[in-house]
Amino acid sequence: MSVSARAAGLAVEMVGIEKSFGAVRANRGADLAVRAGEIHALVGENGAGKSTLMRVLAGLYRPDAGVVRVNGRDVTGWTTAQAIAAGVAMVHQHFMLVPTLTVAENVVLGREFTKGPVLDLGRARRAVAELAAETGLAVPPDARVGELSVGEAQRCEILKTLFRGARTLVLDEPTAVLSPPEVQDLWRVLRRLRDGGGTVILITHKLDEVMEISDAVTVMREGATVARFATAATTPAELARAMVGRDVALAAEAAAAAPAPAGGGGALEVRDLVVRGGRGGVAVDGVSFAIAAGEIVGVAGVEGNGQTELVEAIAGLRPVASGSIRLGGRELSALGPRERAAAGLSHIPEDRHARGLVLDFSVADNLILGLQDRYARRGVLDRERIGRNAREKIHGFDIRPPDAALPARALSGGNQQKIVIAREMGRDFSALLAAQPTRGVDVGAIEFIHAELRRARDAGKAILLVSADLDEIFALSDRIAVLYRGRIVALLPRRQADKEIVGEYMTGAGRGAA
Amino acid sequence: MIVLGFLLQTVRIAVPFLFAAVGGVLSERSGLVALGLEGFMLGGAFGAVIGDFYGGGAWGGIAAGVVVGVALAALYALCVVRFRADQVIVGIAINLLVIGATRFFLLLAFDSASNSPRVAGFGEAGRGLLSSLGNPLLWLGILAVPLTAWLVHRTPFGLRLRAVGEHPEAAESLGIRVPRVRTLAVLLSGALAALGGVYLALEQHQFSDQMTAGRGFIALAAVIFGRWDPARAGVACLLFAAAETLEIQLQTVSVVPSQFVAMIPYVLTIVALAGVVGRAVPPAALGKTATVAD
Amino acid sequence: MSRATGVRRASLLAPRTRALLEEALVPPLVAILLALVIGDLLILAVGQPPGQVYRLLLAGTWGNAYGLGQVLFKATTLVFTGLAVAVGLRAGLFNIGAESQLAAGGFLAALVGLALPAGTPGLIAIPLATLAAALGGAAAGAVPGALKARVGAHEVIVTIMLNFIVLALLNYIVAAHLHVPETLHTPEIHAGGVARLADLIPAFHGSAANLAILVAIGVAALVGWYLFRTRAGYDLRAVGLQPAAAEYGGVDVGRVWLRAFLISGALAGLGGVNFVLGYKRYYEEGFAGGAGFLGIAVALVGRNHPLGVVLAALFFATLSQGGLAIHAVVPKQMVEVLQAVVILAVAVTVPEVRRLLRGSRGRTDA
Repeated sequence: MSVSARAAGLAVEMVGIEKSFGAVRANRGADLAVRAGEIHALVGENGAGKSTLMRVLAGLYRPDAGVVRVNGRDVTGWTTAQAIAAGVAMVHQHFMLVPTLTVAENVVLGREFTKGPVLDLGRARRAVAELAAETGLAVPPDARVGELSVGEAQRCEILKTLFRGARTLVLDEPTAVLSPPEVQDLWRVLRRLRDGGGTVILITHKLDEVMEISDAVTVMREGATVARFATAATTPAELARAMVGRDVALAAEAAAAAPAPAGGGGALEVRDLVVRGGRGGVAVDGVSFAIAAGEIVGVAGVEGNGQTELVEAIAGLRPVASGSIRLGGRELSALGPRERAAAGLSHIPEDRHARGLVLDFSVADNLILGLQDRYARRGVLDRERIGRNAREKIHGFDIRPPDAALPARALSGGNQQKIVIAREMGRDFSALLAAQPTRGVDVGAIEFIHAELRRARDAGKAILLVSADLDEIFALSDRIAVLYRGRIVALLPRRQADKEIVGEYMTGAGRGAA
Repeated sequence: MIVLGFLLQTVRIAVPFLFAAVGGVLSERSGLVALGLEGFMLGGAFGAVIGDFYGGGAWGGIAAGVVVGVALAALYALCVVRFRADQVIVGIAINLLVIGATRFFLLLAFDSASNSPRVAGFGEAGRGLLSSLGNPLLWLGILAVPLTAWLVHRTPFGLRLRAVGEHPEAAESLGIRVPRVRTLAVLLSGALAALGGVYLALEQHQFSDQMTAGRGFIALAAVIFGRWDPARAGVACLLFAAAETLEIQLQTVSVVPSQFVAMIPYVLTIVALAGVVGRAVPPAALGKTATVAD
Repeated sequence: MSRATGVRRASLLAPRTRALLEEALVPPLVAILLALVIGDLLILAVGQPPGQVYRLLLAGTWGNAYGLGQVLFKATTLVFTGLAVAVGLRAGLFNIGAESQLAAGGFLAALVGLALPAGTPGLIAIPLATLAAALGGAAAGAVPGALKARVGAHEVIVTIMLNFIVLALLNYIVAAHLHVPETLHTPEIHAGGVARLADLIPAFHGSAANLAILVAIGVAALVGWYLFRTRAGYDLRAVGLQPAAAEYGGVDVGRVWLRAFLISGALAGLGGVNFVLGYKRYYEEGFAGGAGFLGIAVALVGRNHPLGVVLAALFFATLSQGGLAIHAVVPKQMVEVLQAVVILAVAVTVPEVRRLLRGSRGRTDA
């Protein structure tokens, strides 16, 4: 009796969900209970396992263990098609929309209305208009999706799921790409859905959003669900503590290292940097900072706030719209990536599979990527020196297996990253751009990479560290910059920063300027 | 009268282009490069003559030609959709295969390395241009353009076709079976291009070695020049055919060397690709079967 | 090197080498096997015993000096066009234009040969004409290269279209200005030409084989050296495998595309030397005769490696010469079918084999 009563009230119930990818345990015994007709926030830091858990719910992943119930029915291991049929749909961060088709066409795709053999687009338009009126999702039905703003595209994506009868809607960080007014529009829509009896699960790591929109919150940390609150009964501070955990000792130990270097201009100086993003908008909007020799400046921020563009512009992989980049007083912005490397700039790129390595090249050849000139004599590669370099780096950075002729593809993620680290840090350089240096690598490699970064700092290098992992930022940085919508909204000495303050700035909620 | 003759001649020349081009539009809009059009056409032409010669008459020729075209298209689909082989390589290989196979079987069937015996087709030529008006394929070829446009723009299949060629992952996430849509599109393109070859063979009342002579590539040029739209590709076909007609009619005068007129479709296509007058933007997933449908 | 590391090395090297070899060799072998089966069917369709026909094919090619000479002659052109396609593919570019680049090379070689006074010694005439052949091919390759680098125009379509344009243009020039009446070729070149193989080894008498084959082998070695031993080759291969990584490594991707197309075109153009300087001593409309397209097959079967290209060129040349040898009993067109079957089979097995090998490797990794 009591079980069925409880089940009746729960739209979603997940118990003891386990999900591993290779050696990485993305979910470890995660539990989630979402009442029908509530907006439920699922919060946690990057890598806490939120998206994985929701992909299990939406049928994209099959859990290794655990039970998933929807409206009281055991649906563990179902497919996306079954999930959609049962009214559970997920709106991904990357929209699944066909840009050349209109909104109405995208909405009905696969479930077209017909009049005889012909598409009934009039009816599709009306259906879109009706749904739009019902939910407040205003999108022009005849506009081509490719011409919509990001906010409109998101509304179109939500319409698509509602058209397919979704009653439980999972949104993966929906506000990451929205402007503040668009966020308010989205909140209105979600409240209306809830008031109409729908259920919404919102993945986010922005605490202000949680407080503003949700009825209940589940906090995840390291793959597990660690706390559940009624939103009205909690505070941002309490949520932040739950997200981060109480063991901040790791960060404190790091802070003790290397005092802030005295005097002198920055080794790496960026002034008034403006960089355009992919869609033609401004991705980096007048950023200035200086990193001294022997200093690590960590850049925190929600992904997509200009970090990628900032690093690529400094590395020479993206044109600079205006502003200057100086290394040891020398202007870099007119130089190509190879010339910048020669000038003493090293770069650990955020995506080692696309940029950092040529996966089908040997380890030895990957260890000279970007340094081809130095390992060639009159245009001919010096195989002997390339081989010697490979042996040194493989030994010095403990790359396994120790075979220089192996294609990089055959190595594990951690060892692939060690190739990149060895190449970029195993040579003379004065400044280093380290973008997500430990993403997707195992724990042992993380420790190794952190030690290398500290050693380089202590050896007098200027390091710009960009990471989605706040722990990493706090463990390594001497100063912490927070990037929000392409601007540095805070630049704090490590001692004065704590995760709550930084987190507030990351969400744009931080008050006052640094 | 001269104008009418010119128009009629243009249409006659355009028909094989029209068939192959609308077939090409279907294939490319689904994301599959239409490099095999030439082979589908040549196979269709050969099938037509075999069908007609061995007692099927013109209609038997049409049926046999379409069967050959669809079979070749099925081979293409098998290689690129099922086995995810490189589309460009497979397209070229199919063209080479058809050239070789038609030669081989031409020798086998008719003991000639160059051409087949005469077949009846749709009635006798000799009554001038107007005789071709009695050829139902001429009318079907003209109709193929609006029919394809209708299929692409007005039917659920067309909508899915366009979605699959632009964003296969999105289509897949909505339960559309991408490989099936693509296979269907290619089979249709094989049938259509083959009809172009059938028309050619029946008009000439015989099959001759490599008789399509690059028409499949002109059709592909029309697809690109027409920006992957059936109607615009049809117009491009007419344009290319008009140039050819002009060349034939001016042959005696020889103002412009015929080779230069023959270049027109190809030059225009490169110009369109180079973006001299607005870039021609292909379907986003064109040629990328290797990355989809895992 | 200490003995211990040597031992460790060997134990790691063996499976890796095996995997690489499997990935490289399985597709062509499967393809050739399939071609044999289809060939059997075609031969049986004609009502002949396959074993006998294959024996005839071998006897007419590698079984006598004339046949072998013809194989070598045909292989020479295929080495050049195969290398052309292979260099393009190494840079991630699909050059379908080898056919017209080959023709342009032959044409320019003939032009230079005709321009030189009769009796110019080969030592001067041959290098000049050879250079012209490379330039002719490179010029034809420059168009798709520049369009790809500048506006990203797809090189497949551009090279296909350019084939028709270049061939039509050459036909026009020859027909309007250069041909010997009643023929499709230019007058004969009287400057020094490339010596026939028969001049050195009389047994080859009558075959078209000439010393251009030495040039072909030398160029293949040079291409191998360029691709795998030079910095420019490193850049080129990086661009072909992962343009974004190459860009990160400071490589100007557009410039490499253009350079690769120039090299590719020049290689195809050099193939013109074989026919124009080594055999007929004139340019003739249609002399390329599909060797450019067959170059795609050669590169594919040769797995884009110069050594593989040379072997694959010999294979395809054997097939096409073998077609003539068996023509009395089975139409020679059979080999055209077989060539296409080989291409199709390699195209299908390459991704399949890679997936199988990578798949099993991936599983042990995870």
